[in-house]
Amino acid sequence: MTHEKIAPMKVLQEWSYVRSPIDRGYTRKALYVNVGKPDMQIREIPQETIDAFTGGRGFGLALLWNAVTEDTKWNDPENELVISGGPLCGITQYPGAGKCYTVFLSPLSEQTYDSNSGGYWGPLTKFSGFDAVEIAGKADRDVVLFVNGDEGKIQILESTLPESNAYTVTEALHDYLAADEGDKVNISVVSAGKAAETTLWGCLNMSFYDPRRKTARLKQAGRGGGGTVLRDKKIVALVVKYSSVKGTENNPVDLSTLQKVGVKLHKEIRDLDNVQCRMRKVGTPHLNEIMDEYHLLPTNNYKFGQNKKDIGKIDSYTYEKIFTQGLPDGCWYGCSLACAKAVDHYEIQTGPCKGRSVTVDGPEYETVASLGSNIGVYDPLWTVEANFYADHYGVDTISLGTGLAFVCECYELGYLDKAKTNGLDLSFGSKDDLMELIHRMAEGTDDFARAVGLGIKKMKKVFAERYGADGAVLEKIGMEAQGIETSEYVPKESVAQWGGYYLTLKGPQHDEAWLIFMDMVNKQLPTFEDKAEALHYFPNFRTWFSLVGLCKLPWNDIEPADNHVRYRPQDAARVPEHVQNYVDIFNAVTGKQIVKEDLITMAERVYNFQRLFQVRMKHGNAEHTIPARAMGPVFPDEWDARKEYYDDKLREAGIAPEGLSVEEKIEGLRGHRLEQWADLKDAVYKRRGWNKKGIPTEETLKKLGIAFPEAVAVAKKYCRPEDEF
Amino acid sequence: MRWLKTYADRCIGCGKCAEVCSTTYFKENNGACSRIQVTDPGAVRTLSVCNQCGTCIAVCPTQAISRDKNGVVQIDKKKCTSCLMCVGFCPTGNMMAYAPKQSEPFKCIACGLCARSCPAQALELKND
Repeated sequence: MTHEKIAPMKVLQEWSYVRSPIDRGYTRKALYVNVGKPDMQIREIPQETIDAFTGGRGFGLALLWNAVTEDTKWNDPENELVISGGPLCGITQYPGAGKCYTVFLSPLSEQTYDSNSGGYWGPLTKFSGFDAVEIAGKADRDVVLFVNGDEGKIQILESTLPESNAYTVTEALHDYLAADEGDKVNISVVSAGKAAETTLWGCLNMSFYDPRRKTARLKQAGRGGGGTVLRDKKIVALVVKYSSVKGTENNPVDLSTLQKVGVKLHKEIRDLDNVQCRMRKVGTPHLNEIMDEYHLLPTNNYKFGQNKKDIGKIDSYTYEKIFTQGLPDGCWYGCSLACAKAVDHYEIQTGPCKGRSVTVDGPEYETVASLGSNIGVYDPLWTVEANFYADHYGVDTISLGTGLAFVCECYELGYLDKAKTNGLDLSFGSKDDLMELIHRMAEGTDDFARAVGLGIKKMKKVFAERYGADGAVLEKIGMEAQGIETSEYVPKESVAQWGGYYLTLKGPQHDEAWLIFMDMVNKQLPTFEDKAEALHYFPNFRTWFSLVGLCKLPWNDIEPADNHVRYRPQDAARVPEHVQNYVDIFNAVTGKQIVKEDLITMAERVYNFQRLFQVRMKHGNAEHTIPARAMGPVFPDEWDARKEYYDDKLREAGIAPEGLSVEEKIEGLRGHRLEQWADLKDAVYKRRGWNKKGIPTEETLKKLGIAFPEAVAVAKKYCRPEDEF
Repeated sequence: MRWLKTYADRCIGCGKCAEVCSTTYFKENNGACSRIQVTDPGAVRTLSVCNQCGTCIAVCPTQAISRDKNGVVQIDKKKCTSCLMCVGFCPTGNMMAYAPKQSEPFKCIACGLCARSCPAQALELKND
């Protein structure tokens, strides 16, 4: 996309610093910038913090804990965006090692959120000398925060950018700060967009420059509203510059092992990707038709999981044709899984960018479903355009799509009409009007669009109070929990996945556990204890990635050829050889001597600390809830779409379906499943070392070595004797 | 295109080619540093060296690999970030890496020193 060159930006504040070298993965320094005061400090990260929190999300939570009180709100100046990679972030020898994690108090859930992103921000800030960047305060005008790792300078610049939208900001800043075309790869920009100012769904776009396409690409820390926090601080962009990246910036102790393990995985990907997940060709949209086949593809606000008639219009082979093939689409150097697919030379059809030819990042599977099947749209180019504007406006595609799906169902139930939507027909599949709603949400002047952008949790209240919608129905069909919209898998038939989504630290995202196949298809988790064990292992194992700076996809979106013949199925699901790879590369960078069990212990410390943080922010009431739609049919048409299947499920629950109305069947199954939910919750809490209210006990904190006085104080304050198991 | 043609049936396994290659570019006689690999598993001796096919060019994320005016595939170490995707994706296994010497990969650049040193005419520098 072409853009105007921006006027010179005035330096409002500038500090110099001496760049700390990286030793075995750590700089042991955090950059603190308060854009309001303004103030800059370089803070030591002591060994005890490294031991307890490892890095990445762990550092983010530890720093945020100290910055806020239990009464801090998301839009208080004390709230921070803490962005941190981790000790492995920035290595180039192993695929998926450019991730960073942003921790903040979320405007949606009003507790901590952590959101991960690719792009070059994480590695380049670390190479510039910082294991974490901590941003506090609120500026009095639009600013750009510039971390200049080349010159050892931190600057707060007065923005001269014409708008806050991501592609405009990103391209202008790559241009503004680069000496020439070749220099653009040394820059990464974090931006949000106009919708981050007008909705609570603001995402963070993190850039990397694609030298072949000669354009900036955007990856997202999409979820939780981090972009909304960025714009609330009046920050238009964070920028880092660090030149001449080499493959040994992390100063690993054992480069030979890093190379050996990395090349082994490159070869696996070369030989097997095309017969496994086809990530190099289509990225995560390889899932589209698989999810549809197993009734897992969200369709019309999760009412259904399948649309046999239309799936062919949005399957992976369709997207393969749309995505440019044959380019090294990694979002950090060395990622041969190359899932960062893009649509090139797409001509925008609507809105302020109409007529422009652009490169669109994605859509990924989640966006294919959220801004596709879940809102009844089976037009991939519409989804590409919606994806472009979501990124450009700085809004999370998942929350946007799940939110719009809720709106569409409310419209079809008659709770909304054109008078209330200011003229828009928002039935499922009404794609022109849905696109118009997205533009209105970004503009922020339309009262209905503003209400939608508050997220489903608040929409339920607004629709009931303002439009007289039936609140009880809205509670059943609104696919949110903890204020976060559910991501794009139909969880209703997998009891384990209820936990994977709704017994989570931060709400129903797919970051913690994806157990549907293990549970529902392969029947590997028959008892509640089996499910609880999986809901202990996988969330912790997946948390580990967020501590060290890695992407999860190269863990199990590629598997060794003999994975399923060497191991029993429950173990094969953990991909043991790749787990050992992670142990080996962690040791190779840090010089430590961990074994695979240590991965879980490292993660458990942070997992429990974050849970306690949520308890702290919720004053003891960090409740796990699940919407009715997430655990079974709500309306007769959902039952009737799989009548025989659900009748059988009712029989399994000990209820004879004969002679019952569909409504009675739905209630019968729901009653049974609520009992299962309660049993699951107890089993999981117990396995995690929590009490009946889901609070980590003092004993658990001690066992994990995180019994810090302030953490124990929270546990003591809210753990009551009657809630012990 | 300049490239090194091999005649494994003529090879006598003396190792002179690997020695010349390794000592020329890494100043030591070390098989792991040689761009040409001679293996002798017993039945059939093999000579393995880059055939300049260029698969690595498209794989490289930093455009550090390109074909020079002679058609030889070359690595620009200044642009290389040592990710070794080229090593993993080389169809003949002839993109090399040896961490004790350098982080970047290395490969045959068809210099011809090995061919000149081969006493058995098992190597030939071609220009076709």
